[in-house]
Amino acid sequence: MLKQRIVGVLLVREGIVVQSLGFERYLPVGKPAIAVEHLNRWGIDEIVILDISDDGARNFGIEKIVADVAPYCMVPLAAGGGIRTIDQIRDVIKSGADRVVLNTAVADNPKLITQGADRFGAQAIIAAIDAKPRAGGGYAAFVDGGRRAIKLTPAELAKDAEKHGAGEILIQAIHRDGAKSGYDLDLVAEISKAVSVPIVVLGGVGAPVHFAAAARFPGVYGLAAGNYLHYTEHTATVAKAALQANGVVMRHDAYADYRDFAFSDDGRLAKRNDAELEDMFFVHYVDEVI
Amino acid sequence: MGNLSSVASALATLGARAESSADPVRLARAGALILPGVGAFAEAMERLNSLRLVDVLERRVRQDKVPLLGICLGMQLLGRDSTEGGLHQGLGWIDAPVVRIPADAKIRVPHIGWNEVSWTAPSALNQQLEQNGHFYFNHSYCMQAPADVVTATTDVGVPIVSAVQKDNIWGVQFHPEKSQNNGRRLLRNFLNALPDAADEMRPAC
Repeated sequence: MLKQRIVGVLLVREGIVVQSLGFERYLPVGKPAIAVEHLNRWGIDEIVILDISDDGARNFGIEKIVADVAPYCMVPLAAGGGIRTIDQIRDVIKSGADRVVLNTAVADNPKLITQGADRFGAQAIIAAIDAKPRAGGGYAAFVDGGRRAIKLTPAELAKDAEKHGAGEILIQAIHRDGAKSGYDLDLVAEISKAVSVPIVVLGGVGAPVHFAAAARFPGVYGLAAGNYLHYTEHTATVAKAALQANGVVMRHDAYADYRDFAFSDDGRLAKRNDAELEDMFFVHYVDEVI
Repeated sequence: MGNLSSVASALATLGARAESSADPVRLARAGALILPGVGAFAEAMERLNSLRLVDVLERRVRQDKVPLLGICLGMQLLGRDSTEGGLHQGLGWIDAPVVRIPADAKIRVPHIGWNEVSWTAPSALNQQLEQNGHFYFNHSYCMQAPADVVTATTDVGVPIVSAVQKDNIWGVQFHPEKSQNNGRRLLRNFLNALPDAADEMRPAC
């Protein structure tokens, strides 16, 4: 059966991977290629790399970043940030991305979705939608890195993107960015009902338990996180073990596997009791040469 | 087109020399061919035609029996025709239509993500691969291949064909170049299955 995916989102500002807080403040993490290499080893299922530099500060296109990281990426790679033309889509895919992520173009020029889908197939085009709650209830959709609200709601924009040929919707809750309080499940529910293509959810993960809450919505095939994956080792594979404990079937192919571990209430690995530790012995796992 | 660089870098980690080329002369000299593809069916066939690659591929693969591996769209192109964006003719090396993933599938289409590959027939490609190992899929269309060429299927609520083999022609619906260790094992198996003379790899298009 098709497995739920843990998707690692790497936000790149002026060539450096950053953590993002509310689309406003940024903390530097390091070089994209190294982040990609680590996520690969820690059992990530897919990587999305987004250039979130301000338009004026873009020294080079996302295709350059993709070309730098692609040799280290043995899992599927999607990329976006500033893509406005079909030639850019081509360049990004040519540089080693499997799929492209469109955001501003989804609202301003949805024909680009159709052009991209006709040329590279619907599965290659992801429509990313940033959303925030509206004062009067419901949600507003944003483009231009969360700075410009558009008329359509996120659900309407997602429908429109699907109609134009998008193969997947990436829905991000701006107000949960860096909040560590979990996905906005109302928003997830709205998008889940609106479209019939697969959905990836993003924004708010602070603990492995948060992944499982979104996994039960129909059409959610990807659980994405950005900040959560940095600064701690094995985050992806630990999250997968926690999901599996919650009945979500995952792919466990990484060299480290936490499925037989216990989890604390916040979803972190629980300390094993002393008797159990006494019984353990060291095993040397030899890296397989392929 | 498409995932050329991913395939090339995966092959490079296995020590194979791969070169991407649309030059009929170079393709005529290659010891083995890989036909990758992220793309739409019609667009890809049009490219093959306009670059005049169909003849040389036909001669190398069908006459000289050079091993060829089709990946994702590359596998679909081996088929007779596809209904993606109207009815379009394929290379026709495997007598099978390519159709949209059936409506009774229990997943949302496109079929994107990691799924299990169940090998149904012995194949040079699945050596030291566990049954039902995970591979990455990313497609909306699939091949309705005749039973005698099917070597693996994948469950999306209904079984779809995920690998085929006919003589020196292999096809996989998933992306081995993006399937971590399982994918590298599969590509290694392909390299190992090549005749000794074919130590030089050149993917096409």
